[in-house]
Amino acid sequence: MFNDKLFKYSLFFFSILMLLILAIIFFTLLDGSMLAIKNNGFSFLYSSIWNPVMDEYGALPFLSGTLITSFLSLIICIPFALVVAILLGEYYKKGIFSTALNTAIELLAGIPSIIYGFWGLFFFVPIMRQIQMRVNVPPFGVGIITASIILTIMIIPYAASIAREIINMVPSDLKEAAYSLGATRLEIVKNIILPHSFSGIFAGILLALGRALGETMAVTMVIGNANIIPKSFFSPGNTMASLIANEFAEAAQNIHLSSLVQIGLLLFLVTAIINIIGQKVLQKFKY
Amino acid sequence: MKKIFITLLTIAISFSFFKLEAQKHTELLGAGATFPYPLYSRMFEDYYKQTNIKVNYQGIGSGGGIRQLISKTVDFGGTDAIVTPDKIAEAGTKIVHVPICLGAVVITYNLPNSPKLKLNSDIISDIYLGKIVKWNDEAIQKLNPSVKLPALNIAVVRRSDGSGTTSIFTNYLSKISSEWKDKVGEGTSINWPVGLGAKGNPGVAGMVQQVPGAIGYVELIYAMSNNMPYADIKNKSGNFVEPSLTSVSLSADIDLPDDTLVSLTDTDAKFGYPISGFTWIILYQEQNYSNRTNVQAYETAQLLNWMINEGQKHAEPLHYAPLSKEAQKKAQNIIKNLTFKGKKLL
Repeated sequence: MFNDKLFKYSLFFFSILMLLILAIIFFTLLDGSMLAIKNNGFSFLYSSIWNPVMDEYGALPFLSGTLITSFLSLIICIPFALVVAILLGEYYKKGIFSTALNTAIELLAGIPSIIYGFWGLFFFVPIMRQIQMRVNVPPFGVGIITASIILTIMIIPYAASIAREIINMVPSDLKEAAYSLGATRLEIVKNIILPHSFSGIFAGILLALGRALGETMAVTMVIGNANIIPKSFFSPGNTMASLIANEFAEAAQNIHLSSLVQIGLLLFLVTAIINIIGQKVLQKFKY
Repeated sequence: MKKIFITLLTIAISFSFFKLEAQKHTELLGAGATFPYPLYSRMFEDYYKQTNIKVNYQGIGSGGGIRQLISKTVDFGGTDAIVTPDKIAEAGTKIVHVPICLGAVVITYNLPNSPKLKLNSDIISDIYLGKIVKWNDEAIQKLNPSVKLPALNIAVVRRSDGSGTTSIFTNYLSKISSEWKDKVGEGTSINWPVGLGAKGNPGVAGMVQQVPGAIGYVELIYAMSNNMPYADIKNKSGNFVEPSLTSVSLSADIDLPDDTLVSLTDTDAKFGYPISGFTWIILYQEQNYSNRTNVQAYETAQLLNWMINEGQKHAEPLHYAPLSKEAQKKAQNIIKNLTFKGKKLL
């Protein structure tokens, strides 16, 4: 009896601890950015000038950079993740091929982001540069599209492995029923598996998006770090996380530091909002 | 369960012993600029061998070093930039700067056959302002008649992370170009008119090496140890100076103020390289704060004294420019005036 209660309370304790940590993070960010909030006012959200010398701080270039790279990578990622998940969840559940592919995906997920950054800089950027020379844009190699593609490679494993698990969990009696009615494999994927696992796949994609939003090192190395609103996919840009990583160590002025914390707060809120929207969408489509 | 508990207890007890052990020796703690970090770690290693005094230096950046000193959590800070008056006001008591060595920023580029270029201040500022956009621009060609410059676009590369290197470079640009001063200004992070940002010296170097026609600025020691091409720059006296340890040391060959708080960029020194600067150790003149002991204060002063004298021998092998005689003398005086409860330490 006593043990039972103890167990229940410890469950409560640790769950509330999580809530508490979230709240503490939020209030720490809020407290750290108070000075900047007072100083920058609302222009922080729509100004496109980030000038620590003149103490002008606008977050728009980084907000747009973060959103564009994240959603672009998400869009590129979805077909790849789905294909891999359907292949592993439905067509090749066992065997050497499936083991090899599964291991590869897990390995990709485990590679530290700095390695992706290096690989991007030394392997992918030169390729991008060749392409840019072909299409006659300034051949920087780095930029929004490069960062998005690197991000895509980083988040595919997350989206794919969750989608695979969900597809694996589609009840076999449903599929068998469909087969007995003469459905082809494609029809089963289209009409049974995908609708049934939609919400789960969507949740996985949301998790992947969360990773893309906050990714720092790999993006810093390939995005070009120009504090401007990107004008094209090839244009260099910057993201919120990457700006913080870049300027935090040497921000001597209090207001500069506080503005960087404010960027952190904004990133926190953006992530929260996107997640909340995601939850709502999820509820609507719950199968 | 019991076993785990006992193991944990043993670990806890042994840790507390470590702590006692550590308290017996004086240990000094510093934090700040990353630029002199390799030199400092070499110096402190040697110092530990000689005196058994351990110095812990964390390369967290100049801004961080200043903040840590002001919050009084370290014995000394390291910085490439002079502490601003409002920061000193925040600290409340006098902060002194002791120069330890000199660093320089060089202009590196990626051109076919890596020719040796000569540049002057107008060209550098115009390139970074986005006014000169082609390598075969008349102004550059005129200074380098023997080099056949290609009709290549100049890809401007600069640091994306806040850095002392950027601070020295933009300080130079602000001094030599009023347009730069009005439009852009100086600092560790600034609002660049043009160009791509890359992280750290390796990032800038990598980007310059990859993009044909790129120009960038990196620390001299980085360019030297990586065999990168760098330009001779015309100084105030009209001489084209090749960046080297000697010409960087020479940049401090001027009448220094007693507190050594002078920016050496665009130096008056005749053969001095114009984009040079001191890197300082900063500390409180009155060493009695945050429960520090007299011994700790004394050891801090001793350490600094060693760094500007005997410790200087470590500078050149690591490509740092040592202090000039003049700078050494001024630094010595600053250290002599360190006090503990009003009494001089050395």
